[in-house]
Amino acid sequence: MAKAKITFQDIEQTVNVPAGTRVIEVSEKIGAGIIYGCREGDCGTCMMHVEEGWNNLTEPSVLEEKVLKENMAGRHDRLACQAQILGDCSVKPT
Amino acid sequence: MSNEIDVSSHRDAVEFADGVYWIGALDPTLRTFDIILSTANGTSYNSYLVKGQDGVAIIDTVKENFSEEFFARLESEVDYKEIKAIILNHLEPDHTGALPELMRRAPEAKLYISQRATSMLKALLKPTGDGFEYTTVTTDDRISLGDRTLRFLHTPFLHWPDTQCTYLEEEGVLFSGDVFGCHYCDKRLFNDLVGDFRFSFDYYYAHIMRPFKKHVMDALKLIEPLKIKQIAPTHGPILRERPRRYVTHYRELSTSSLSREIGVAEQSLVIFYMSSYGNTARMAEEINEGANAIGGVRVSLYDLEGGETGPFVDLIEEADALLFGSPTINGDAVKPVWDLLSSLAVVNLKGKLGGAFGSYGWSGEAVAMIEDRMRGLKMRIPQQGLRIKLIPTEEELEECRAFGTAIAEEMVGKKQQKAVIDMADLA
Repeated sequence: MAKAKITFQDIEQTVNVPAGTRVIEVSEKIGAGIIYGCREGDCGTCMMHVEEGWNNLTEPSVLEEKVLKENMAGRHDRLACQAQILGDCSVKPT
Repeated sequence: MSNEIDVSSHRDAVEFADGVYWIGALDPTLRTFDIILSTANGTSYNSYLVKGQDGVAIIDTVKENFSEEFFARLESEVDYKEIKAIILNHLEPDHTGALPELMRRAPEAKLYISQRATSMLKALLKPTGDGFEYTTVTTDDRISLGDRTLRFLHTPFLHWPDTQCTYLEEEGVLFSGDVFGCHYCDKRLFNDLVGDFRFSFDYYYAHIMRPFKKHVMDALKLIEPLKIKQIAPTHGPILRERPRRYVTHYRELSTSSLSREIGVAEQSLVIFYMSSYGNTARMAEEINEGANAIGGVRVSLYDLEGGETGPFVDLIEEADALLFGSPTINGDAVKPVWDLLSSLAVVNLKGKLGGAFGSYGWSGEAVAMIEDRMRGLKMRIPQQGLRIKLIPTEEELEECRAFGTAIAEEMVGKKQQKAVIDMADLA
């Protein structure tokens, strides 16, 4: 199975994950600082900033784009409950 | 002091600045608001009307059951055709109950809301169908009524994500939404005429604004420079006599008291525990020792059996990290732990560090259950919880000290960087 590395910058921890893993699946287990509300892409609580590897996450859906806009997301911000890891990337809480 | 005002005796609008009217409703018999608030003498739903040369603005509406009174007061002053703008400072149902009907009666009016309010607006109006238009506004956006200018202040999370305030520049009236509000019902309407509402004001802050102190401070940066002659909140008295003191009071209420006790650079770790045979207590003491070994962390140890929820909530609010110790009894953490963990809606826990520990006899579920609860409360759990079967050995007590040290190191950023780990190795 293809693997990818995700780094949580706030806790300086890198994790090897199977490609396709959602950020939410690993960030809570590792104790990173991204926090969650609804866990289904609606509330915007888990907004994170992608420092590196923006293109190594799945494309945001139309619904995610809408929630990001409503929550005044900055450039390269994503919802951790929606984004899936396809390749190496580095993220931190917003 | 004049006591002539009695809004319960009529259904007219009440002018309190030039061309600015109260058109709200009183709810004197309400005793509980939104499940969580006691309302000893009811509440009011304040709505406001501003007249300008080019039209009228309505600022917030009322709870649906009180629509009739709201519309009567509105109609006493203006015709629906004159309404140019409907401004919603936040979309909670007690202020938007009359909105669908107002939009039906004033189809020419434009709706002004904050960016964050859009999804809520759609959810609120869905029973009446689509086809409505709105304009989103933020800090320093203005709308003109000809000789009147309404300026917006983006003040999110006071107390809903979509909250904003609206300032009438020419009259110095701040329409503050729920900020500076309180559940206090008085037909005399104004702070210099009503009864003693200090308790209601502070109680409202403690339950509604307290979880959002950081946002209150941000909002005050926008509010404090304004020339404020009157504050017109959505609940409780209109603050026309010395309104500035309520702004100052909000700053006082939102300021950390712990920072006066410990150094700014120091962090607070609070350890709570319950123990049935002294084993979880023993763990707590050793964790305390381990954490105390790290400089820059002030550790406090509390047995839940010896305290009350209110003061513990105060401690939790200002702590940077929290540890809970509980034995497992019948597959669960013990009730005092859950009582405290279910009393935290009034404080902000987002991003605080958390951890759990406990001695157990058979299965030891409590630790993981407490961790799940803390994650649900938006806390971060950097260290896997510590479970020890019955009486801790000397080696296990060393583990407790290491656990305390690790948490404290995490707090001060001293924890050593780990190598790359594999997801399959995570618990």
